Amino acid sequence: MTAKALRCFVGIVEREFLRFLRQRSRFFASLVRPLVWLVIFGTGLRTMVDLSGTPPYGPGVAYEDYIVPGLVGLVLLFNGMQIALSMVFDREMGSMKVLLVSPQPLWYLLTCRLVAGVIVALPQVYAFLACAWLWGVRPPLSGYLYALPAVILAGLMLGALGLLLSSLVEQLENFAGVMNFVIFPVFFGSTALYPLSRLSDANAVLAEVARLNPFSHAVELVRFALYGRLDITALVATVVMTVVAMALAVWRYDSGRILRRSLAA
Amino acid sequence: MSALEIRDVSHAYRKPALRGVSFSIEPGDFVLLLGLNGAGKTTLFSLIAGLLGLQQGSIRVLGHEVGRSAALAGCGFVFQQSALDLDLTVAQSLRYHAALHGLSRSDARKRIEQELERFGLAARMHDLVRTLSGGQRRRVEIARALLHRPCLLLLDEATVGLDVPSRRAIVQRVRAQCAEEGATALWATHLPDEVEPGDRTIVLHEGQVRDDRRDIAAASLPDYFAGLAS
Repeated sequence: MTAKALRCFVGIVEREFLRFLRQRSRFFASLVRPLVWLVIFGTGLRTMVDLSGTPPYGPGVAYEDYIVPGLVGLVLLFNGMQIALSMVFDREMGSMKVLLVSPQPLWYLLTCRLVAGVIVALPQVYAFLACAWLWGVRPPLSGYLYALPAVILAGLMLGALGLLLSSLVEQLENFAGVMNFVIFPVFFGSTALYPLSRLSDANAVLAEVARLNPFSHAVELVRFALYGRLDITALVATVVMTVVAMALAVWRYDSGRILRRSLAA
Repeated sequence: MSALEIRDVSHAYRKPALRGVSFSIEPGDFVLLLGLNGAGKTTLFSLIAGLLGLQQGSIRVLGHEVGRSAALAGCGFVFQQSALDLDLTVAQSLRYHAALHGLSRSDARKRIEQELERFGLAARMHDLVRTLSGGQRRRVEIARALLHRPCLLLLDEATVGLDVPSRRAIVQRVRAQCAEEGATALWATHLPDEVEPGDRTIVLHEGQVRDDRRDIAAASLPDYFAGLAS
């Protein structure tokens, strides 16, 4: 990497961080959302759901322990949507042009933007894990370290999907609807709240949806990493999905596909 | 080598926006691209910036094919639509631009101070962009475009929405800057009073170059456009 490319990366990360710091409510919203699930939903279902024998947990695992990786995924999913929203906002406000006329190649600029978005998500994820620890969800301490690459990879995949989504959404006003359309099916149709084995017993179609859902793989990657284990299938699926989504996003942003519409309007 | 060379460029959305546009600009020239709203100026700028893909014709910027890294590195852009982050300070906005162009921190700091001083904004350096007036924001955008010392400055309606004294001050500042640093500028506008005697003026109308000369008198331009429209 050249010095200029590195400075460009640092500049993009710095801008994302400065914007994040000015939007403090975003940080608290990202914490409150999963904490409501953990404290209310988790407590309510603790005695109703038997998760004994579900890997990577041992016997007698509490429901809250199970859903914490899924809620980490929820933080990352919202962060991916935030990346998408911010791209659409920048496009509408005109500031994306400043990024696009930089002398660095487009794929590099979008990758920097993606990585910057994931870096901003890390404090949110670890703040949530700290709150979960206080609530009694305590994976091994080493798990917090092992989870870091998994969280980064899951964040990259969801951010890349966010970038792709931003290339498909034409106007800012449409974005709220698109977010609801994406977030809820992706979250509920995954292994974030219930294991695949339990889903198969209840509904084979839903189980198949959850098995194919890339978000399930991101969640499983984080879940296993938190307990010091590696889920190879989840790793491969997450990497492949990241590369495919990113390639499609770059292709969409290339050749003015996105700006052509706004200029033609 | 021309600073900008445009050959037979045509572009269409649902309807044609540019039709066979050709002209070139020599290094050091200050050229006005004059046209009514919808004449195709922004489309032409977007093509020069590589924001839109070329459909027909060719554009060479500083001897490089449009959209290439070397071409973009030598250009400074001021877009018609404001492109500043309202939630950043003036200095942070400029530092972001400097980083995108690969300037080191120390160079960026020096140049930011220098440009803001020139544009009379040094005292607002640490203020949020959203607290600036429209004229101050435009000056920040021009300072930003000059930060990486471009050889070719492209300004698309850089004074739109400003009062007459602010417009005059900005035009004079850019003219002076180009004269001091020997930069080339293409200034797109729909305002005839931005034309000064002796300026090379390219008139773009309904996507076509209708005139390209140095002796267009600003006072006669309203009648000139009325003639084109009829």
